[in-house]
Amino acid sequence: MEQTITLQVQRYIPEQYPEPYFQSYEVPLRKKWVILDALNYIKDEIDGTLTYRWSCRMGVCGSCGMMVNDRPALTCATFLEEYAPGPVRITPLDYFGIIRDLVVNTDDFMGKLKRAQPWLITDEAKPLSEGAYKQTPQEKAEYEQYSMCINCMLCYSACPVVGLEPDFVGPAAIALAQRYNYDSRDEGEDQRNEELTGEGGIYSCTLVGECSEVCPKAVDPAGAIQRYKATGAVEWWQSVLMPWKGKS
Amino acid sequence: MAAKKHNDPFWWTLFGAGGTLSAFLLPVHVALIGIAIPLGWLEAPGYESLRSLVEHPITRIYLFVLISLSLFHWAHRFRYTLYDGLMLKHLESYIMVFCYGGALAGTIITAILVITF
Amino acid sequence: MSNAPKISAGERVRYKPQIYMPQMSIFWWVKDRAYVFFIIRELTSLVVAAYVILMMIQINALSQGPEAWQALTDWFATPFSIGLHIVFLILLIFHTLTWFWVAPTAMVVRIGSKKVPGSILIAGNIAMWLIISLAIGWLIVSI
Ligand code: SF4
Ligand code: FES
Repeated sequence: MEQTITLQVQRYIPEQYPEPYFQSYEVPLRKKWVILDALNYIKDEIDGTLTYRWSCRMGVCGSCGMMVNDRPALTCATFLEEYAPGPVRITPLDYFGIIRDLVVNTDDFMGKLKRAQPWLITDEAKPLSEGAYKQTPQEKAEYEQYSMCINCMLCYSACPVVGLEPDFVGPAAIALAQRYNYDSRDEGEDQRNEELTGEGGIYSCTLVGECSEVCPKAVDPAGAIQRYKATGAVEWWQSVLMPWKGKS
Repeated sequence: MAAKKHNDPFWWTLFGAGGTLSAFLLPVHVALIGIAIPLGWLEAPGYESLRSLVEHPITRIYLFVLISLSLFHWAHRFRYTLYDGLMLKHLESYIMVFCYGGALAGTIITAILVITF
Repeated sequence: MSNAPKISAGERVRYKPQIYMPQMSIFWWVKDRAYVFFIIRELTSLVVAAYVILMMIQINALSQGPEAWQALTDWFATPFSIGLHIVFLILLIFHTLTWFWVAPTAMVVRIGSKKVPGSILIAGNIAMWLIISLAIGWLIVSI
C-alpha cells in the first residue's frame, strides 16, 4: 500500500458557515511532491471545492504562499516529505483577511506597495533622443538583491508588527522602496522618505527579523529596513543641525 | 501629530547609541562590582581610590553619558515592547511620556549626581 | 443552488466577499520560538535600565562618604544581590550578543568598493568588547 499523509486544511466558506474550520484529507505521500501537489491532488481527486491560489509552480509568481505548520512558506517550494509522518496544517497567510479557504485579501498589501512608490522617479524625463539611462554593473549590484522580491507576502505573515499595527507599511514594501532608493537612475528618495519615515513607516519595525528568515528570494527585508532607519536618522540630524542644506 | 512623525529618527538614534554603549560597557561593571569583587575573587578597591577615580572629569562624563543613553535605550525599546507585547498602542501618548519622561528624569538626576560629586 | 441570487439576463452582480479577519492573541509571542527569543531580547532593556539606576545609587553612596559606601558593598555581598547580579549579567550578555548580531544589518561597511561581510563585523565587535571590558576591569581593580 502506498504511504499517505494527512493534511489538515483550514476551510472558510462564508455562505455555509461564518467561521473557518478544519478539514482533514489523506493524500499519498509521494517523493518529490511539494505541498502544492498535495493540494492539487485534493482538488482533482477528493474535493473540488477547495480554493487556493497558485500559478507558476516554480517559485516565481509568488501566489501560492500559505502557512504550513504555522510558518509562512511557498507551497510550491516546500516538500511534503519534510513533514512526514504528518499531519500537516495548512492555513491561509497570517494577518490577512480571508476571502475563502486559503485565499487571502491582498488589497491592503497592494495599497502598502503603492505607499512605497516602487518605481523609477526622476525630476525630469530625459527626451528619447538622449538615449537610455545607463548603469554600470556595480551600480546595479547596489540594489539587485532588493529587486528579487516576488510579492509573495510571506514576510508580512512572518511579522507580528504587521498584525499588531495595521498601518505598518511592512517588509516587502520597504525593501522595494530601497530597491529604487539605491538605484543610480532614481531621484525619488525624498518623496519616499516623506512617506516612510512617518507614522506606520520604518520606525514601527522592531526588528523581529523573521521576514528575512522566511523570504524565499533572500531579499533580506529586515536589513533593508535597518539601513533605512540609519539613513532616516542621519537625515533627521542633518535637517536639525544643518537646516541650510535643505532638500535638494 | 506632525511633531511625533519627525521625532522617531531622534529617539531611534538615542536608542541605538544607548544600546551600543550598554552592550560594550555594562557587562563588565556587573561582573566586577556585582559578582567578582563581592565574592572575593578580586580585591575590592578602597573607598578613597574609588572616590578619586569617580572625581576625575573623564569618569564623570563617562558615567553621565553611559547612564543617560542607557536609559533612553530602555525608553525606546520598552515603548515598543508595551505596544507589541501587551498591545497597548492605543495608549501611545501616555507610554511615550512615561518612557521618555522617565529617561529624561534619570538623566537630570545623573547630571546632578556627577556635577555635585 | 437554491439560495443563490437570481440573476436576470444582462444584469451584472459584483461578488462581494465576506472577508474573515482573524484576531491576534495577546500571547502571540509564545507561538514561535523566534518570537520568544525576540521578546526576551526586548526585555533586556529593563535590565539595562535597572542596572544603570543601580549605578546611580552607587555614585550617590560614594559621594555620601565611607559609611554609605560600606553599607552598599555589604549589601552587594548578600546572596540575594549576587544572585540578582548573575541574572543581570546573563541577560546583559544576551543583550550584547544580540546587539552585535543585528548591528551589521543597519550598517554597511565598505573597504574600497567591497562590502565587509557581516560575520567579520560581528567578530570585530566581540573582540573590541572583550578588550574594552578588560581595560575597564583593570582600571577598577588596579587603582
Ligand atoms: S521580500 Fe521576500 S518574503 Fe517578502 S514579498 Fe518579497 S519575496 Fe516575498
Ligand atoms: S505557484 Fe508560483 S510561486 Fe508557488
